[in-house]
Amino acid sequence: MKKVEAIIRPERLDVVKGALDSDGITSMTISEVRGRGEQRGISLQYRGKAIRVDLLPKVKLEIVVEDAVLQRCIRTIAKIAWTGKPGDGKIFVMPVETCIKIRELGAPSDEEEAAVEA
Amino acid sequence: MSTGDTSWILTSSAMVMLMVPGVGLFYSGMVRRKNALTAIALTLVALVVVSIQWVAIGYSLAFGTTVNGIIGGLNLLGLQNFGTMIGGVPASAFIAFQFMFAAVTLAILTSAIAKRIRLSAFIVFIVLWTTLVYCTMAHWVWGGGWLAQLGALDFAGGTVVHISSGFAALALAMVVGKRSGYGEQPMEPHNIPFTLLGAALLWFGWLGFNSGSALGADGVAANAFLVTNISAASGAITWMTLSWRRGPPSSLGLVSGAIAGLVGITPAAGYVNPLSALAIGAVSGGVCFAAMSLRMKRSLDESLDAWAIHGMGGIWGGLATGIFATAAVNSYSGLLYGNIHQFLLQAVAILAAVVFSFAATYAIAKIVDLTIGLRVSAEEEYVGLDISQLGERAYS
Repeated sequence: MKKVEAIIRPERLDVVKGALDSDGITSMTISEVRGRGEQRGISLQYRGKAIRVDLLPKVKLEIVVEDAVLQRCIRTIAKIAWTGKPGDGKIFVMPVETCIKIRELGAPSDEEEAAVEA
Repeated sequence: MSTGDTSWILTSSAMVMLMVPGVGLFYSGMVRRKNALTAIALTLVALVVVSIQWVAIGYSLAFGTTVNGIIGGLNLLGLQNFGTMIGGVPASAFIAFQFMFAAVTLAILTSAIAKRIRLSAFIVFIVLWTTLVYCTMAHWVWGGGWLAQLGALDFAGGTVVHISSGFAALALAMVVGKRSGYGEQPMEPHNIPFTLLGAALLWFGWLGFNSGSALGADGVAANAFLVTNISAASGAITWMTLSWRRGPPSSLGLVSGAIAGLVGITPAAGYVNPLSALAIGAVSGGVCFAAMSLRMKRSLDESLDAWAIHGMGGIWGGLATGIFATAAVNSYSGLLYGNIHQFLLQAVAILAAVVFSFAATYAIAKIVDLTIGLRVSAEEEYVGLDISQLGERAYS
């Protein structure tokens, strides 16, 4: 089991999500983040003065997948989030030890439930 | 001098001033967060620039001694020797009231460009636009120009303010082009409460805008106040009902309809009775809703809908004045009371306003675009105008 952490352009989020959906990858956590890469953001000329806008808005997707699905997942993200310009983002993959569903593990046992009702 | 008239004109001038940031907030809520500050700032820049333009040349071109009914003369340049009284109020109160109208008109026009224009080009554009388009139209209708001589009615600026800014926004959107990614990426409104607050400020200011246009504290002013509110409510409920068929009606739809109703009643406010105002608002809501749907279908990026609401609502309002005007309110009657002549005059005035505003704006925008360039670079657009043009963020 692996965790995929992808940092992409915010405007590509909807299409990436749609493509992952068609691959059968439905669960994900998304956050709005700001960041910079090798180019350190975008530099603009304003009246001859350079302004550097580093820390551009990005979206971070966190997806946990089975090893068998991993390659498909990262290929889809890379293909769909791609524009070819600096700032397309990065994908990190890391191992996951266990995945626990709170709804299942935290469920009260029969005795506990009986105690609540009494 | 009537102190009552004077105090009402000064009060309503201040109410109209509040419409400027009102428009700004209304637009700001509908754009993405990277342009949220610019949307408000541009309306205030317009207020500032027009304040100065109005002293230098604007008032004279609009209200100076007419040159063949086309444009005002240069006899009031620098606001010298403007006389003491106009009607029952000091001339300076009239000048201030008229200036606020010019500022609001420019604020409305920023609809087309708030997300992709260079600040410097915007300033040049609004100086040219107020001088060449707004002052000319204000002269035609209110300054003793040819439309006034003809007898076309425009109580508070349906042609001068709304048709002119609406069709100017359309021309400007066509020259400047779509935002990058328009129609491909979601561009959701970033803060709808802002838009509602802006609309509420507009509604408040509009009561002064229409009622103050009576240029006195009298029965016509009170009638204008009353019918303005009725038409706003009627427009709002119509738009809401129409959009309800497609899903939840949305508060954005409610306020858009209110603005449509306010635009529709603007030229008519001093001439129609309350029941007519109900009808004017309802039709205005429907017309503007249809215009907005058409604009979306054509995927034209005039996304804050100054054309659909102010332009098309202004056309309907002008015609409605020629239909519903009644001598019981003021000394004019329209089609409903057997006066087809007035209706035809209204149609002529509307046609002149639409053609002149669209063509002149298109030409001015093209010239500014070819000389200094209207649009920001792709990178500047990507990071947003707040950072690239103002060097600030709306939200840190």
